[in-house]
Amino acid sequence: MCTIFNMFTRMFLPDFHEFHQIAYGRPINDRMGELKIEKHVKYILSVEKRKDDFVSVVMEHLRLNGAYWGLTTLDILGKLDAVDQDEVVSWVMQCQHECGGFGGNIGHDPHMLYTLSAIQVLALFDKIEVLDIEKVSNYIAGLQNDDGSFSGDMWGEVDTRFSYIAICSLAILHQLDKINVETAVKYILSCQNLDGGFGCTPGAESHAGQNFCCVGALAITGSLHHVDKDLLGWWLCERQVKSGGLNGRPEKLPDVCYSWWVLSCLIMIDRVHWIDKEKLVKFILDCQDKENGGISDRPDDAVDVFHTYFGVAGLSLLEYPGLKAIDPAYALPVEVVDRIFVSK
Amino acid sequence: MHGISRKTPSREEQDATALKAAELRDLQSQFLHLHHNKIYTKEALETSAKLLEVNPEHYTGWNYRKLAVQYFLNHQSETEVDSEYIQSVLNEELKVVENALKKNFKSYGAWYHRKWVLSKGHSSTDKELRLLGKFQKLDSRNFHAWNYRRFITMLKKISDEDELQYTTDMIYNNFSNYSAWHNRSVLLSHLFEKRGKGHCHKESVLEEEFEFVRNALFTDPDDQSGWFYHLWLLDQTVKLEPFLLSSWPPHGSSLYLSVDDYLDGRNLLPSVHFQSKDRMFPLILYFSEAVEGVNSSTVTVECEYYANDNVIWRPLSSNKFGFAQAWLTYLNFPDEVHYLKDCPVKIVVAPFPGIVSSSGISCSKTSHIEFSLCVPSHDRGHAEGQTMPRISWKDEKFYPHATQSQDASLHNSLQRLKITEEGKSKTSDWSMKTIANEIAHCRELLSSTNCKIGKLTLARLLMAQNKLISYGIPNDGIEVHYEEILGLYHDLMKLDPTHICYYEDEYSLVQLKQVTSSMESILKYCHQYGDSTSPSMDSSFCLRLNDLSLSRIGSVEQLLWIQMLDLSHNKIRSIEGLEALQLLSCLNLSNNKFCSFAALDPLRMLKSLKVLDISYNEIGAHTVDTRRYLCSSPMTHTVENDWNFKEFTNAGVEMINHWDVFFIFRDVNLIQLDITGNAVVNDQLKLFLFKLMPSLKWLDGENPN
Ligand SMILES: [Zn+2]
Repeated sequence: MCTIFNMFTRMFLPDFHEFHQIAYGRPINDRMGELKIEKHVKYILSVEKRKDDFVSVVMEHLRLNGAYWGLTTLDILGKLDAVDQDEVVSWVMQCQHECGGFGGNIGHDPHMLYTLSAIQVLALFDKIEVLDIEKVSNYIAGLQNDDGSFSGDMWGEVDTRFSYIAICSLAILHQLDKINVETAVKYILSCQNLDGGFGCTPGAESHAGQNFCCVGALAITGSLHHVDKDLLGWWLCERQVKSGGLNGRPEKLPDVCYSWWVLSCLIMIDRVHWIDKEKLVKFILDCQDKENGGISDRPDDAVDVFHTYFGVAGLSLLEYPGLKAIDPAYALPVEVVDRIFVSK
Repeated sequence: MHGISRKTPSREEQDATALKAAELRDLQSQFLHLHHNKIYTKEALETSAKLLEVNPEHYTGWNYRKLAVQYFLNHQSETEVDSEYIQSVLNEELKVVENALKKNFKSYGAWYHRKWVLSKGHSSTDKELRLLGKFQKLDSRNFHAWNYRRFITMLKKISDEDELQYTTDMIYNNFSNYSAWHNRSVLLSHLFEKRGKGHCHKESVLEEEFEFVRNALFTDPDDQSGWFYHLWLLDQTVKLEPFLLSSWPPHGSSLYLSVDDYLDGRNLLPSVHFQSKDRMFPLILYFSEAVEGVNSSTVTVECEYYANDNVIWRPLSSNKFGFAQAWLTYLNFPDEVHYLKDCPVKIVVAPFPGIVSSSGISCSKTSHIEFSLCVPSHDRGHAEGQTMPRISWKDEKFYPHATQSQDASLHNSLQRLKITEEGKSKTSDWSMKTIANEIAHCRELLSSTNCKIGKLTLARLLMAQNKLISYGIPNDGIEVHYEEILGLYHDLMKLDPTHICYYEDEYSLVQLKQVTSSMESILKYCHQYGDSTSPSMDSSFCLRLNDLSLSRIGSVEQLLWIQMLDLSHNKIRSIEGLEALQLLSCLNLSNNKFCSFAALDPLRMLKSLKVLDISYNEIGAHTVDTRRYLCSSPMTHTVENDWNFKEFTNAGVEMINHWDVFFIFRDVNLIQLDITGNAVVNDQLKLFLFKLMPSLKWLDGENPN
């Protein structure tokens, strides 16, 4: 599931039938090709403007996530200047609540999920200074529980996704000492499973998205020595199926979004050479809509912003030529991360 | 969108969705109005229910309903508690959730709302398992449903044994149900923990589990689910508590500390001789896994000239949490100490108060290391400041090690600390027997099918067996199987080329185990460095593991005594583990696959390193740095906050380009560095390196003076 950011996956056609890997009937050379950069830029900009179709309406509550996906994609493609910075920044700030947290859109309740996106978008534009850092970081730190875990908002849902969000956000803001990092790490480790991966709470099954969150949080806190890199790396590299695509759990279908979740983990633990990168590049390129731009979960499915982001970010992690490098832990361009942590 | 076809919709379909979109937009803005004005009338609640039925991911919608519930319940408590009323309010919520889940049963918001309602404690949980049964039948892998199931079993206090039976049923229904196998591992871990030290019980359970999973593996050998479970069982079977694996100096050795200048020994075997100008003598403890808690109260050093309290043990790792496989301290002989002959040193690694692995298991066995040390008097004249000759790694500079097999000291270096007779436990015998049994079954399976994971499992089982044998666990004459394991990985590379690099890495580890397995085999790789015409003069001892197609480093516990190491012309990507080789002074890593300076992070910890060759690698040729999060850096919050780069900025060096160089090389004192043949090299970098390491005399053969 790529529901890490509370996605509306399989909302319209709940597919209960995910069995073994599907094989694609078309000949190889038909599917080759290159990344249609211009088309994807056009597609993302059009999604930004389109507010009336059903998908946009359904996604209204997580528009801040959408902004992060779209803008990061544009930045990786080298086209961030195609959007009006000030307009975006002022809209982002309108999503903030008195408590310091951000909602997914203006008028929607505050939640960790959108607070991270807001911080990331501001970081992309090098505009962190518009934030009241004290206020945002107090909101995030206030959601840590006694056992080290984090709630997503005042209603108390606990999930290691929120641990990642808290740690990533506070690190970007240079405020990690606001939380108890030691217990935060301990809680994440309590969610480690038989396969070396991580679940959303203790006892929950590992899946690729959750692995990204937990490995990312451990990476940012310099705690990757707690991960069995060979065991987890083998589980992750076995996500690559015959078609070249990656699935999120054993015996599931491949999906472009796992290019991000799986690849970023493999890179953080230095095991990305265990997969066949070339085959994966082909799989992602094959999921492009070559006429209208955008990337879908699997070849010939309908495109959307977040699979476009995951596809492009995945290609960046695969060192596809002409793309800016993206950082596997902070999910921002490397140059942005280096600017935050190294330039001083 | 997931699983939605890309084809352009027909005109009618477009109109229909446009209409739906307009309706939903109205509904959402109506809802937000109600929410912002805290309106909780019957109609308002219906609006939110309708919204959540169409869009179950609308998290603010769920928040609103929670606020409404609180509003009703608070209103209630002011008058008289009417439990029927409370129940009806909460039941309404459960109904809304059920409708939402029918629409999208992967909605986080809907599942959490249900948990929230049930946590109030007023609703019956009887219905929940039935509801779950329905969902789990439709999708037996839905992890929301499994999570909810764990929540309900906790609430209803259903026993782990009962839940174990449920996973058995699910697995019999479909062997490929990874979620059920996973849950089984969780439940069994709980049971193992609860029954505590009852090893017999754990052993018999594991035997039963091996048999259970065998059914699945023999039915469909290509399905991954059972194999992952099998790997976990294997891990449970060979799990040992952490213990001291090797040390430098090794037990029983006698050593000579010289204060002579760099590399002017006389055909010296490193195992008998150690040079140090500062009369600093390193002690290294190498454990079977990363541990914490090595300090002067868990490890005592007894030496005439040394008070144990002064000994400070340092973990050799880049993390700041104090976990490491290798631990280091120095015996520092002060100038007042004159000539020492055969000074006995005794190290005792005691179980109390506790050396603990990162999984929380403590080391309960005591280990002893005894060796003797000769220290020359301090004022023995030696030429200070004499120009050091450049080290050349050319083949002609090396000649085979004259087989002085009478050298018992080298032999000692290669002898691991064996688990003592009294330390052996029954568990090990059982592990050995169980592994042998699994090997037999695996061979049987492979006789009828060429299954990839089956082969891999056999290789792993054989490695596990070798490990137990090398730890000194009685083996009833079972031989080590390096050739067979190498053969299996070779087959796998052909069978599954997608994962070829995984098999190559595993192959390298087996290869190194084989190379270091005996003195005879390691001597084949030992060479003398220097001039072959006068072998007794100016020669040094070098382990040459060059040109072996190694992609990974391993078996370092056998190499703690190495001072000169040639790993050139391999396919190595990282030197993780090399930090344990504290005696290393010359290292050749040229012509490998290092893709960043971060990949050389362990160098920071090699204080004796003087000569380094990293020429002809891929540093700077990649946009992705796979070691970025495995090294010390500001991104991982593993360097001090007050690092100062200013003096270099003034010299025109951009920190953003060279932070990795800065954090690694500021801590080493190289005399000679070769770096040519890497994309990253330019004049600015070279100048920076000279500035960073004032000790540097040769850079790519050039001497700036
Ligand atoms: Zn997806």
